[in-house]
Amino acid sequence: MTRQARIGLFAVSAAGLAALMLWGASGLPSFGHYRGPYGQIVNHVAPSERHVTNVVTAVVFDYRGVDTLGEEFILFAAAMGVALLLREVRDPRARRNDRVSSDAVRLAGVGFAAGLFVLGLSVVAHGPITPGGGFQGGVVLASAFALVYLAGDYRSYRKLTPSFGIDLAKGTGLGVFTVVGIVSLLLGTGYLHNFGPLGTAGTLASGGTISILNIATGLEVMAAFVLLFTEFLEELAVTRAPR
Amino acid sequence: MSYLPYALAVWLFVVGLYGVVTSRNLIHLVVCLTVMQSSTYVLLLSIGYVNRATAPIFADVPRGTRAVDPVVQALTLTDVVVGVAVAALLLALSMQVQKHLGTTDPDELQQMHG
Repeated sequence: MTRQARIGLFAVSAAGLAALMLWGASGLPSFGHYRGPYGQIVNHVAPSERHVTNVVTAVVFDYRGVDTLGEEFILFAAAMGVALLLREVRDPRARRNDRVSSDAVRLAGVGFAAGLFVLGLSVVAHGPITPGGGFQGGVVLASAFALVYLAGDYRSYRKLTPSFGIDLAKGTGLGVFTVVGIVSLLLGTGYLHNFGPLGTAGTLASGGTISILNIATGLEVMAAFVLLFTEFLEELAVTRAPR
Repeated sequence: MSYLPYALAVWLFVVGLYGVVTSRNLIHLVVCLTVMQSSTYVLLLSIGYVNRATAPIFADVPRGTRAVDPVVQALTLTDVVVGVAVAALLLALSMQVQKHLGTTDPDELQQMHG
């Protein structure tokens, strides 16, 4: 099919699709007047039933925990896929181009990276209480490592992120999530049913298994993103190698 | 204008799809795909929005305060993180295509194998 024919065909079908979607949207409740019962029920029962104040975290790691497990497998598979694809063609003899920045930039970078890492830990730890959680905090933690590369050099970045440690963190995160589900099965409840001691709402140790799954997710998201950074940075270091 | 957020979601989806169909570069195609995906965030969040309601986090407000739907927010949250990882996978695939076939134009790929 020629390019013109394809775009012509697309124009006709896109007009139809847009019309269909607008028609569908007009059947939705007017913006701000949503009356779906499920979310409102969760809002009312989650704080007393699960002792968490962040209901979004309760939904992610408890009420819809199986869904999140699926998402984590997608994340895991995508990161492994990137590693597999990019490692295959890499020439191991290629020289590494290592850019060394000034001492002032390095010092400021290390300071920011340390602060960012602590912020990430805090975002993960307070997942059941305030906005944040494993997914958001994991990305913040990974960006602290990216900052080490940006302000410093590739060698110090790799020293901080050894492949074995990253693989271990990635596997542990996903493994803990899966095993917690199996333990709840062994206790005679449904898969990923919350069984931990619920603690006091508003404290760090609240929410039972929500806390455990939250930290496991933070670990896995951090490791997956660091792996992605490493693989793409490795490409950059190789392709920009001086002749 | 109470349907404007939904219209925005439709617009993002269609404009992203247009980019995917007419793209001449695989990297551009992946970016268009993420634009399409962002329409789902807008749609989910605007469906769950409730007028004069707070975030579904009851750390500072009393329980029972009117709050927006937490379920669509949870769906969006996981979607954002996983979407980035999948985009990275697609970009890695594009790099492989460039290395093996020397082009990132989808049309040229079609001619090679057609």
